[in-house]
Amino acid sequence: MTTRLQAQARPDSLLLNMGPSHPAMHGTIRIMLELDGERILNSEVEVGYLHRGFEKTCEHRTWFNLLIYTDRLNYVSPLINNVGYVMAVEKLLGLEVPERAQWIRVLMSELSRVSDHLTCLAAMAMECGAFTAFLYKMKAREFLWDVIEQTTGARMTTSYIRIGGVRADLHADYEAAVRKGVDETRKVLKDVRGLLDKNKIFLNRTRDIAVMTPENAISYGWTGPCLRSTGIAYDVRKAQPYLTYDRLNFEVPVGERGDNFDRYMVRMKEMEQSLRIIEQTLPALQASAPTVEAGGLEPAEAIRASRTRRPESRVRLSPNLEGSEKAVYPGIMAADKRSVPPPKEDAYTTIEGLIGHFKHFMKGHGLRPPKGEVYFAVEGGNGELGYYLVSDGSDRPYRLHLRGPCFHIVAALEELIRGRYVADVIPTFGSMNMIGGELDR
Amino acid sequence: MPGNFLSTRFDAMLAWGRKFSLFHYPFVTACCGMEYMSAACAHFDIDRFGAGWTRFSPRQSDLLLVVGTIAQKLAPVLKTVYDQMTEPKWVIAFGACTVSGGIYDNYAVVQGIDRIIPVDIYIPGCPPRPEMVLDGLLKLQEKIKTQGQVWRWNKKTS
Amino acid sequence: MEQENILTALRTAFPEAVLDASVPPTDPAVVIRPGDLAAVMAFLKAEPRGYAMLLDLTCVDWPDRPDRFEMVYHVFSPASYKRLRVKAALPADGPAIASLTPLWKNADWLEREVFDMFGVRFEGHPNLCRLFMYDGFEGHPLRKDYPLRKRQPRIPMRSTP
Repeated sequence: MTTRLQAQARPDSLLLNMGPSHPAMHGTIRIMLELDGERILNSEVEVGYLHRGFEKTCEHRTWFNLLIYTDRLNYVSPLINNVGYVMAVEKLLGLEVPERAQWIRVLMSELSRVSDHLTCLAAMAMECGAFTAFLYKMKAREFLWDVIEQTTGARMTTSYIRIGGVRADLHADYEAAVRKGVDETRKVLKDVRGLLDKNKIFLNRTRDIAVMTPENAISYGWTGPCLRSTGIAYDVRKAQPYLTYDRLNFEVPVGERGDNFDRYMVRMKEMEQSLRIIEQTLPALQASAPTVEAGGLEPAEAIRASRTRRPESRVRLSPNLEGSEKAVYPGIMAADKRSVPPPKEDAYTTIEGLIGHFKHFMKGHGLRPPKGEVYFAVEGGNGELGYYLVSDGSDRPYRLHLRGPCFHIVAALEELIRGRYVADVIPTFGSMNMIGGELDR
Repeated sequence: MPGNFLSTRFDAMLAWGRKFSLFHYPFVTACCGMEYMSAACAHFDIDRFGAGWTRFSPRQSDLLLVVGTIAQKLAPVLKTVYDQMTEPKWVIAFGACTVSGGIYDNYAVVQGIDRIIPVDIYIPGCPPRPEMVLDGLLKLQEKIKTQGQVWRWNKKTS
Repeated sequence: MEQENILTALRTAFPEAVLDASVPPTDPAVVIRPGDLAAVMAFLKAEPRGYAMLLDLTCVDWPDRPDRFEMVYHVFSPASYKRLRVKAALPADGPAIASLTPLWKNADWLEREVFDMFGVRFEGHPNLCRLFMYDGFEGHPLRKDYPLRKRQPRIPMRSTP
């Protein structure tokens, strides 16, 4: 198959193929280079090697069911994808989410954002040769993932944020885990700054390489840390505040030159701001913490008792339903019965709860937003993560389209590496944070 | 060739050498890559089992670790990489997408990499926890220990 | 309200092209005739409207309608943080519309994706070829008449034991 690059190449230049099986991390992109010695004359980027048919598959799944697919889009910050999708559906439904659930969503989003930046910069540093930075950042990421796992049960693809709220309340010891995670991350960031910020080799490889002007960035549709590194301070959390971001104190770091080093610095500073946000959510979460009394009937006893009358005492749920007890439900799930499943105690012991549970999850019934379309965007790890949903009134989306931020960022790669050396491709591509799930969907 | 005792001892020695020094080629595509990174790093160190050296060339590795969804577009690339590896080689299918296509049963995804290349160990999970990855690696080491080793003068040409 | 300002401005500037400019409950959107897309977009991008960024470009397939393919554009103004949705409907046979590559650089890949998934052609696009799917793939996957599980393998698959 003759690619465009092959057709346009000069007869005396060398054609080199990078990918699609790259050394780990990025893995699924193919960059074809036309070289004159080490200098890149022209390049062609081929994507689609991780196209998993997300949009078409979602047309065949119910609104609730397709939540698992959204986790796997930007898989380094999975909870943010969840938040984006769920908030788009809530906008379509006109659903109001309780405040505690909003604070929990903010906490989880910021933990994901820090994980995203840690992974991106770790991979970028490792590919430039700074393996220590990679190991340190992965260590910090483990502590953050411990917090997520404690509450949601999974480290990465959690499907924790649900339509109407969140799946379960935070674990009882979450505060200690969050503080440990934040402390360890701060230590790691301090160490890595000491290793890389003034490191001559790192500066030589990233300073003034792949400079993007603000006008060009806007023309390419760049958003997120890459756009902010060029000097434009657009952050969806400040521009169109959602959840409780309007009540939080944080800054939006901006770069000056739009080169690789600025993209690195903006992400480092954003991590510090995210840690600040996480610390600000803790008092709010403490203030709204529910009290769950101990004891109660075992589920089997409660079901037996409910055959004759409603059980008066509390029903204790099994351990893997921890956090979704009826007592905490008003804090974590919206009050609208048509859009959220009933609490498990009701589903076990009352007939209305049982019918409500089945109707929520059965195909053809359940969540059916009104006809219409909506576009909602959140600030993902890479920029404006937008969901465009079209509903035709049935239990499945008619069309679901994701506006993936790194799609637009990688579209500029060909222009950024033209005229540079082969070795410059690596930090440039690393600083863009291409995530295959979001790029290829 | 003197007796079976010597050949089985030599086999065992080769197996011991091969299983504790697996050089893997991480064919990373998607989300499982994050758990692969976790398994390779400090907390869940894969290096303690001898498999720490990531060789970024199929010619220099003996374990093909297919991590993450394989799309139909990527299938010929996987086959080429597998063909470029030299014997003896093993394949681990890491993650539900490589085992059976995972949650993606559609036009774009290969329903399990055993449709393309022979697989030795399947690690399910979406994504599998790093402990599961290490368990899978240990199972592969068991398998290497018990299967007959290939060495130059008994290689079957078939 | 600002949303109505831009819709009124559009209606005054392009009286025949704008088919519907209402503010539905969720976001401001305007439906235009496909032939006037380039003019409307240039109008929106220029100052003082200032919708300098093309956020997104996609298509929705309505097989029961005579104008089957509905192109959807989202534009954004970084100065005033306003978004606007522009829609244009294309007929079922030979759907084609002007390309936005002269105005925005990311239109290049976005339009290639829509061509790949839906089969809509973009006039004036420098290199209109498939983006996600591979050479030899027949059909356009996101159309409603393409079955979800119809696989077209690139290499022969082994039979699993």
